Amino acid sequence: MGSRALPFRWVALIAAVYLMAILLVKNQYYQLMMTLVPVWATMGLSWNILSGYSGLVSFGHASFFGLGAYTVALSLINFGLTPWIGIPIAAVVGALAGFVIGYPTFRLRGHYFALAMLAYPLALLYVFEWLGYQEVSLPMQRENPIAFMQFGDNRVYSALALALMVLALLISLRIERSRFGMSLLAIKQNEIAAEAAGIDTFRWKMKAIVLSGLIAGAIGGFYAVVLLVVTPASVFGMLTSAQALIVALFGGVGSAWGPVIGSAILIPLAEVLQGELGDKLPGIQGVVYGVAIILVILFAPEGIYWRARDLAMTRRKVVPSPTRKVWAATTAQPTPTDAVGGRAVGQILLEVEGLSKSFGGLRAVQDASFAVREGEILGLIGPNGAGKTTLFNLLNGILQADTGTVRYLGHNLLGMAPNRIARLGIGRTFQVARPFPRLSVLDNVAVGAYVATDSDEDAYALARAALERVGLTSAAHLAAGGITTLQIRLLELARALAGQPKLLLLDETLAGLGAQEVERMLELIRQLAADNITIAIIEHTMHAMVRLADRFIVLDHGAVLAQGTPDAVTREPSVIEAYLGKKWSARANA
Amino acid sequence: MSPSLILLENFLQALAAGVLIGALYGLMCTGLGIIFGVMRVINFAQGDLMMLGMYFAWYAFAGFGTLAALGPYVGPIVAAILAGPALFVFGYALHRLLISRVTGIRVAGLEGEGHYAQLILTLGIALVLQNGGLLLFGSEVTSIKTPLSASAWEFGPFVGQDVSFFINKARGVAFVVSLLVAAGLYLFVTRTRLGKSLRAAADHPEAAIYMGIDVDRAHRIAFGIGTGITAVAGGLVASYLPFQPYVGLDFVIVMYAGVVLGGLGSIIGAYWGGMTIGLVQQLSTLILPTQLQNTAIFVVFLLIVFLRPQGLYGRSVQRA
Repeated sequence: MGSRALPFRWVALIAAVYLMAILLVKNQYYQLMMTLVPVWATMGLSWNILSGYSGLVSFGHASFFGLGAYTVALSLINFGLTPWIGIPIAAVVGALAGFVIGYPTFRLRGHYFALAMLAYPLALLYVFEWLGYQEVSLPMQRENPIAFMQFGDNRVYSALALALMVLALLISLRIERSRFGMSLLAIKQNEIAAEAAGIDTFRWKMKAIVLSGLIAGAIGGFYAVVLLVVTPASVFGMLTSAQALIVALFGGVGSAWGPVIGSAILIPLAEVLQGELGDKLPGIQGVVYGVAIILVILFAPEGIYWRARDLAMTRRKVVPSPTRKVWAATTAQPTPTDAVGGRAVGQILLEVEGLSKSFGGLRAVQDASFAVREGEILGLIGPNGAGKTTLFNLLNGILQADTGTVRYLGHNLLGMAPNRIARLGIGRTFQVARPFPRLSVLDNVAVGAYVATDSDEDAYALARAALERVGLTSAAHLAAGGITTLQIRLLELARALAGQPKLLLLDETLAGLGAQEVERMLELIRQLAADNITIAIIEHTMHAMVRLADRFIVLDHGAVLAQGTPDAVTREPSVIEAYLGKKWSARANA
Repeated sequence: MSPSLILLENFLQALAAGVLIGALYGLMCTGLGIIFGVMRVINFAQGDLMMLGMYFAWYAFAGFGTLAALGPYVGPIVAAILAGPALFVFGYALHRLLISRVTGIRVAGLEGEGHYAQLILTLGIALVLQNGGLLLFGSEVTSIKTPLSASAWEFGPFVGQDVSFFINKARGVAFVVSLLVAAGLYLFVTRTRLGKSLRAAADHPEAAIYMGIDVDRAHRIAFGIGTGITAVAGGLVASYLPFQPYVGLDFVIVMYAGVVLGGLGSIIGAYWGGMTIGLVQQLSTLILPTQLQNTAIFVVFLLIVFLRPQGLYGRSVQRA
């Protein structure tokens, strides 16, 4: 695609213009500012890679920055190691810190993650004070200063900072355009759906924090070289973490351009105020940052970049493609094959034995045993609260069973993460639909295709095929947040199909659909079964299920009450009782 | 004196210091616990609101000198308690003007229920308060000096004539006052209608919505009360501890450690969480260098978050 090369041209253009500006500036004070803008842009980019894309807010990026700064300073003082080598080592230290911090901390979510991240740099701050590194100065190297990254001309620092920023920007742009970025965005928007679609959420988050730590460590090391003095408060302090977050957020969170824009506006503003008024009004810099983020949160919650983009978009007036018409066209497809007749039911695909799960005193699933055979449509029915969704959550690893076994093609699924189960070929849709609302329909489905292929291009090909299969091609470029209920149901189905599953777990796929839409969905599911995908479907409404399923399993109070053909099961007195109460079962038998 | 007796003496001294400071931590944690529990919002500015409470007490007592007329014993205490209503008004207004725009029903159902915006808004407020404090109050360390702060009560001697420990009188008085405030607060949350509804809302914010409670109003009151209580604790701390505009940062982690320890949503648990943090901090000085006592808190905090996110005193609460 032509648009892929475009951002890289922008990078080259911006870098060239900035370099010209660097060369023209003579004043030392402005030279320092010209250095600090790309430094904080890089720090913002580092923050954005973890928090902007994945949505896990880090208040602790000063950890990586500070460790990098001290690595460069201490290795120069103690071992005479030049920053030319020290900064790459600082990057490695930052990456290691990312690993060490990320590994335990990703078990936490939301508030707890943010609070834990806040604690790391503050703990490090006191440790470095205690170690006696209150103020570490980098010694001047009189002989051969260039070998120690010490230049008479400050413009060289600005150019180096620019180079680091361009590197971080290119890395970010690459991430945005790959499954790495797409996976992180999926995690941000719905972590459970991402897992169920086969995204190894933990692994991607670890990659993000390691890369983020690497960049922050490197820029922290460079910062030490520029300022020549390192103190715990200046590198581990709250303002360092806050500044990373603020430039990213102000400029545009979750976009590679955001931190660059934010830094280019805020750093000069704060520096000028500090320079002009700092002696009379100490703290003015912090007030400016504080006010800046308060204003951004209130008026452009995702930053300037997105705000400007939204404005530009509404100007251009994007007309959504007419989905209805194509929809009607696809309905006129071949007549449905007979539900039971056409398919040969094969060997056992999934075998569940003695599966139980309790929540406190509530036994949501008790001692459930059943098998799913290859090629069949298995209907899971039962009254509200019978444990149907819990059962699905146990099967695809979102919940861990207390006891029992689940075997699937020779694998024991118990204790496996949802993404690994998805990799084995078990797809899933949700009762409360979980699309990734900010991604396009096509991107949503592509996320589901990653498990089936290592190539991103193939993933998009599979995604398009899956959209075609469910008849959603015309909506491919709409944002998933703004589509109809039917389209959301189809999108979830397509996302599951894109992973090339052998077994589909459909959780109330018919819920919320109109009568005609239900017909369309039934037809589609039959078609999938005819294409040799085994289906287990949860549904409330008996009349739809009787026409769809080959076999029923009835759950009540978490236990398997009955199983068999629809005919037999619907005549079973215990089933009628569970659904309608004792009176009706007596009447049915009379 | 034998080494074991010295150890005993040090232990008693640290224990006393821990209980004394723990009671104040407990009070400030209770304030945060009300806000965090009812609103489920991480308020980074809590430490800085406390800092405002400290300066309020200082100005009321020493700066403008009005309360100095009450004498060096009663004056600082009255000043600290008055910081409560003053900061209640401030917190109430802050919620109305800023916080309410990113919390409550307005954001229910948003991506991550708007946590993103809340975290960052309060971070912005924290930065403005800290640095605005620097502009207004100056960077020099301030303290409220009274005859009490330079004298101590001696307890003991025990075990013959050897072991005894000392309690600074200013700290001792602040401790007693904080207990009285905490007791009053306990009666408030267990006996009054408003207090009970705050506890209910902290226990289960969603249920409170379904019960037809005006959520924004409840949040506003909770935010005001939480701010006021923490400010009282700050005012009491100010009566013996020197402070500067950045002091809030040291306390905000202490407060969150205490609240998480006590169990999210439990207001009474937050008090005991704060008390525990005070004890951990002071007892850690027996084995760790003094500079690392805050690091000890962070380590304990991280351990709690990892091992028992529902808190030591909490009931089971799902991870957020």
